[in-house]
Amino acid sequence: MKTVRIIPRLDIKGPNLVKGIHLEGLRVLGKPSDFAKFYYEQGADELMFMDVVASLYERNSLHDIISETAKRIFIPITVGGGLRTISDIKDVLRAGADKVCLNTAVIKNPSLIREASRMFGSSTIVVAIEAIKEGEGKYLAYTDNGREYTGVDVFDWAQKADELGAGEIVITSVDKEGTGQGYDLELVSKVNSLVSCPVIAHGGAGKPSQVVDVLQKAKADAVMISSLFHYDFIKENESTASSLEGNVEFLKQKRNFHTFEACSIQHLKHVLIDHQIECRL
Amino acid sequence: MESTKRKVVIIDYQLGNLFSVKQACDTVGINAEISSLKKDILDADALILPGVGAFIEAMNNLKKLDLIDAIKDTVNNSTPIFGICLGQQLLFTESEEFGAGNGLDLIPGMIKRFPEELNGKKVKVPQIAWNKIYSSSQEWDKTPLTELQKDEFMYFIHSYYVKPTLNDCILTLTDYDGIEFCSSILDRNLFATQFHPEKSGEKGLSIYRNWAKNYNLI
Repeated sequence: MKTVRIIPRLDIKGPNLVKGIHLEGLRVLGKPSDFAKFYYEQGADELMFMDVVASLYERNSLHDIISETAKRIFIPITVGGGLRTISDIKDVLRAGADKVCLNTAVIKNPSLIREASRMFGSSTIVVAIEAIKEGEGKYLAYTDNGREYTGVDVFDWAQKADELGAGEIVITSVDKEGTGQGYDLELVSKVNSLVSCPVIAHGGAGKPSQVVDVLQKAKADAVMISSLFHYDFIKENESTASSLEGNVEFLKQKRNFHTFEACSIQHLKHVLIDHQIECRL
Repeated sequence: MESTKRKVVIIDYQLGNLFSVKQACDTVGINAEISSLKKDILDADALILPGVGAFIEAMNNLKKLDLIDAIKDTVNNSTPIFGICLGQQLLFTESEEFGAGNGLDLIPGMIKRFPEELNGKKVKVPQIAWNKIYSSSQEWDKTPLTELQKDEFMYFIHSYYVKPTLNDCILTLTDYDGIEFCSSILDRNLFATQFHPEKSGEKGLSIYRNWAKNYNLI
């Protein structure tokens, strides 16, 4: 059988879980460890931790969060953000990550994919592609959370990353990310048709039916989701805004997230099963 | 006072996520120590051979660390061993991965890669998914799987799988997109899984606990 995976994505800035729109304009939502534990108990299939400011500082600072999380959470953890070298990869794997997610470093130096996959096994190497639509059927890859232009064609790059030994590819639609308008089905579907490794769709989930669409129509192997689950967590849990530093205005306001139908992992999985999409309950 | 708890050595051959295996051991109460030293392996009450990574790289590292004979002798001396993922594959005779290479050859069999397509349909490789394990002929009572229901979901991440020469050692099978493969084995003192019990939630941890109980390690 084939099952799909539901992967909550935790964007981290310093000690906080944050969330932006189009990968920008970050708001503080809470403590990463609280969210991670909640998602584990809810039946998340994996967790993704992304250090969203690491690329700016050229280093990943998630080691403590990872080793703390890995003590209590027995599902796979992928870590990304600012990983540049074999030794950076080794460090986060030693800290308890199961997989690493690479973007900037491998666009600059694609052979790092081959080197890392030979050394750690291709299944350990996840390549992230941040895509921005530049015209009809044309997408370019960006780095640093959609800020840095590379001029690289997304579809050429996805194929090349696959050939070099990427274990899976996360395809992010920067245009849709944080908007809740649904996945870019054209983008995901095309990337999926070009590669032999699993494809994780990211960016745009605003309600369960859109997740069904990207799995059924674009045939994604997994989905990475932030806002839908984060807003559900915030609804279900007491606000910790007072104990946090940073831009917490958003949290305090308890605003209505109008483009999002906050939903739990369990609820989403039941919706998938109702649509004959196999997943672990 | 010195601990009388029996000692399990997690073999460190400089590849893969030993942290999560150690965490799983700690959580269920196994007295585990990570080591690359021959003498620790020879002295161990039980061994865990984890593994993420490439088969050839793994065998090369075991060779460099001079651990191959130590592991084989210890296991042939009926010390229990628990292989995980690549650690399961290493127990077999040889692999197709990046050109043929020899394994520890404790169990006869081959390591094969998933095909790129089956009946004209693309097969995604690696398999990265929670998938069901089910029984072939062996019962799960008294095995490390004793607490699991039939068709339990476990976490898999692999491009290769083992094909034992003899079916007797096959404990569970799994079907990936139409391809049925051996997802765990139990043969004398050798137990091994293609899936990652330490990444398969609380059900996965029960496998560590029951393996350890079966050998009075906890």
